[in-house]
Amino acid sequence: MTENPYRVELINISKSFRGVHALRNVTFSVLPGEIHALVGENGAGKSTLMKILSGAYQRDSGEIRIDGQHVEIRNPHEGRERGIGIIYQEFSLAGDLSVAENLFISKLAGTGGVINWGALYKKSATLIESVGFQIDPRVRVRDLSVAYQQMVEITKEFSKNVKVLVLDEPTAVLAPKESERLFSVMRRLKEQGISFIHITHRLEEVLAISDRITVLKDGEVVGTVLTKDVNKDDIIQMMIGRKLSAMYPPRDVTMGEEVLSVSGLSGLNNVTDVSFSVRKGEVLGIAGLVGSGRTDVARAIFGADRAFSGKITLHAKPIKATSVGKMVKAGIGLVPEDRKQQGVILPMTVRANVTLPSLQKVTRFLGIFRARRERAIVGDLITKLSIKTNGMDAEVADLSGGNQQKVALAKWLSRECDVLILDEPTRGVDVGAKVEIYNAINALAAQGIAIIMISSEMMEVIGMADRVMVMSRGHVTGFLEGDEITEENVLRLSISHVDNPTPEPA
Amino acid sequence: MLSEARTATLADNERREESGSLKRYLKRIFGFLLRYNTIVVFIVMVVVSTALSDVFLTQRNILNLLRQLSGLSIVCMGMLMIILTGGIDLSVGSLAALGSVLIAFFLQDTNLLFALLLTFGAGILLGSASGLLVSVWKMAPFVATLAMMTVARGLSFVVSKGAPITANDQILFDFGTGNWLGIPYPVLLMFAVFLIILLVLRFTAFGRIITAIGSNESAVRLAGIRVGYYKFAVYAITGFLCMLGGIISTSRTGVGSPIVASGMELDAIAAVVIGGASLNGGRGSAINTLLGVFILGMIGNIMNLLNVPSYPQQILQGIIIVIAVLIQGVQINRSN
Repeated sequence: MTENPYRVELINISKSFRGVHALRNVTFSVLPGEIHALVGENGAGKSTLMKILSGAYQRDSGEIRIDGQHVEIRNPHEGRERGIGIIYQEFSLAGDLSVAENLFISKLAGTGGVINWGALYKKSATLIESVGFQIDPRVRVRDLSVAYQQMVEITKEFSKNVKVLVLDEPTAVLAPKESERLFSVMRRLKEQGISFIHITHRLEEVLAISDRITVLKDGEVVGTVLTKDVNKDDIIQMMIGRKLSAMYPPRDVTMGEEVLSVSGLSGLNNVTDVSFSVRKGEVLGIAGLVGSGRTDVARAIFGADRAFSGKITLHAKPIKATSVGKMVKAGIGLVPEDRKQQGVILPMTVRANVTLPSLQKVTRFLGIFRARRERAIVGDLITKLSIKTNGMDAEVADLSGGNQQKVALAKWLSRECDVLILDEPTRGVDVGAKVEIYNAINALAAQGIAIIMISSEMMEVIGMADRVMVMSRGHVTGFLEGDEITEENVLRLSISHVDNPTPEPA
Repeated sequence: MLSEARTATLADNERREESGSLKRYLKRIFGFLLRYNTIVVFIVMVVVSTALSDVFLTQRNILNLLRQLSGLSIVCMGMLMIILTGGIDLSVGSLAALGSVLIAFFLQDTNLLFALLLTFGAGILLGSASGLLVSVWKMAPFVATLAMMTVARGLSFVVSKGAPITANDQILFDFGTGNWLGIPYPVLLMFAVFLIILLVLRFTAFGRIITAIGSNESAVRLAGIRVGYYKFAVYAITGFLCMLGGIISTSRTGVGSPIVASGMELDAIAAVVIGGASLNGGRGSAINTLLGVFILGMIGNIMNLLNVPSYPQQILQGIIIVIAVLIQGVQINRSN
């Protein structure tokens, strides 16, 4: 038998969740001492693949090999035993404990269950030095900067003989200089034979640090290439490269006057100086990566979070978004991204869910329900949106994801609303229901409602939006209109940033 | 329901063999019993109690039992609404004691009307204080009402100087001891409050909103509804209902006492839970809560009739609560 060159091999891995394919025959391998970048749009299957490798998920089919040997990784503990380390965006450190305690949290106690502090600090210092960092093991983790916390997190993995380290968007929390430092550490560890799987959206970074790149799309591998053979445009081409399907029904656009305009909005999560406006009957898409501030903009306009500054004008009148109730009254509706946690009330009936924002309309004196009127309104909306339910008194929990989402939409149609913000309206919805939701959106726009649609699905944005605002790291990086709305342009703006802007597309 | 099951089973008989349909039949009955478990437990309790004691099912005993439970039932209606929002109120017993003391205290210097107004005012005020802590300052209901429990109990001792106060008002006394068509006034009041809460929960926006808050607070908030206002309101209303419970106690005995209703908060929570409400909020009904109170009351009543000493009574009571709630759990797991 010849020597197997690979440290880790994932062969023909498939995984589906409730019949939806998350991964399909994915083959991915890592050499010893290699930095292998894993890129793809949101939902392409990167995290699922890494969770299978680390043992957090179990594959449906396929094989995992480590150093040429077939292995079963049944849980994260076993993954760690086999030398797979994974560092998520959210750190798993105990902030109130010292660096040393965090590093050896699972084996703190010495003889008789007593901690030998001297030995612990010494052991920690040796470990930190061996990885190449300079951190005082006595310092409380909470007092360290994010970059240093990340170093602690990385060091922690090396207390367990890690051979392959997965970094999930490691630079998202780092300043450029700190990123540089991380990269130099990665390069040095690579020389020692450590392999890295680097998940990121930042293509510049991929080109700078990786040896090979694998592109995932819709749960399948588009290809694995040597980094030295490609440039940024090649990667983007690989990441998208798909034809616009017939999923997006055409729409007669008759845009009216401006309904809502936002200027200079700044708020939570780095949202800085966001300005835009939307007109009657228009579908404005907001694109950008998860965490680029899209949802935060929506919540600020809706009054769910306070904006730090900025002006909102509704129907040519200035309005302050101080509470959701006020904005709802003013005619704004929001279908939130997390359907089950925020969009609908699962254990309540379709009827109760639909009329929740419009209770005044279906009640009389003392808040007593006008049952007939409520039933008429709800029945009407069930037909209009073709919600498949076992009657209006069925619990929303018993509906499919797509129909639950239609209930969340119907809520806002039960009252007059001028601006409707849809945050990821088709997430976790099957294809058939998607088309129906698109049809509903088009019908609403045709009625003159201004629609703001936030979406991570490139095709959806391109297929549905009249105009697209792209955000990156809390800033608006550009607007696209008509023929400019292409995957290349959206993606380019999504990964550019304001202090280093990519040129506007021609 | 049962007859439906029977017809379905008969139809099945033509196609399936005997044992299979019998199994299905039993399964249906079992499902039915689980779905209506509170009423089933209630009926079983009545049957068992009647069998165990000749005295149980006498008009005298039943009316006496109802009169004893009237205060708790009224307080439970408030507790139910709070639990529906996902909260809890540990101060209800202390507030009831305060109500009992305050009405007697105010009657020393003023007439019944003013005494009632002042007592209710105090209850609403203290209930509102809990409500503010929970809704505006986002304090955990357990902690906020734990503090209120101590404060209210302390207040009732301060007001009464530690000793019972005689309530000398004929109308109040008549209310507590009199009856209409044989039914004691406090029992009538209990059914009136029950009916109002039942209607509020079933037919008003208020009822739907508090249930919705307990099911999914953020969804309610994102529908533009002021969640805090409703959370505040249920504590204020419960403060009022606790005063009512306390006043009934004083009207029955003729004295306002700072030590009445001790541990009532636990009885109230137990009754609501026996009635199938979820302590996580969003599930529970007025009728089942009332049945829960009756079940709890019957346990004590039958054991008294059988001369079971009071210490073992408590142990049995605990065990029956656990059984009742276990049945609820089975039902929820099945429906999921």
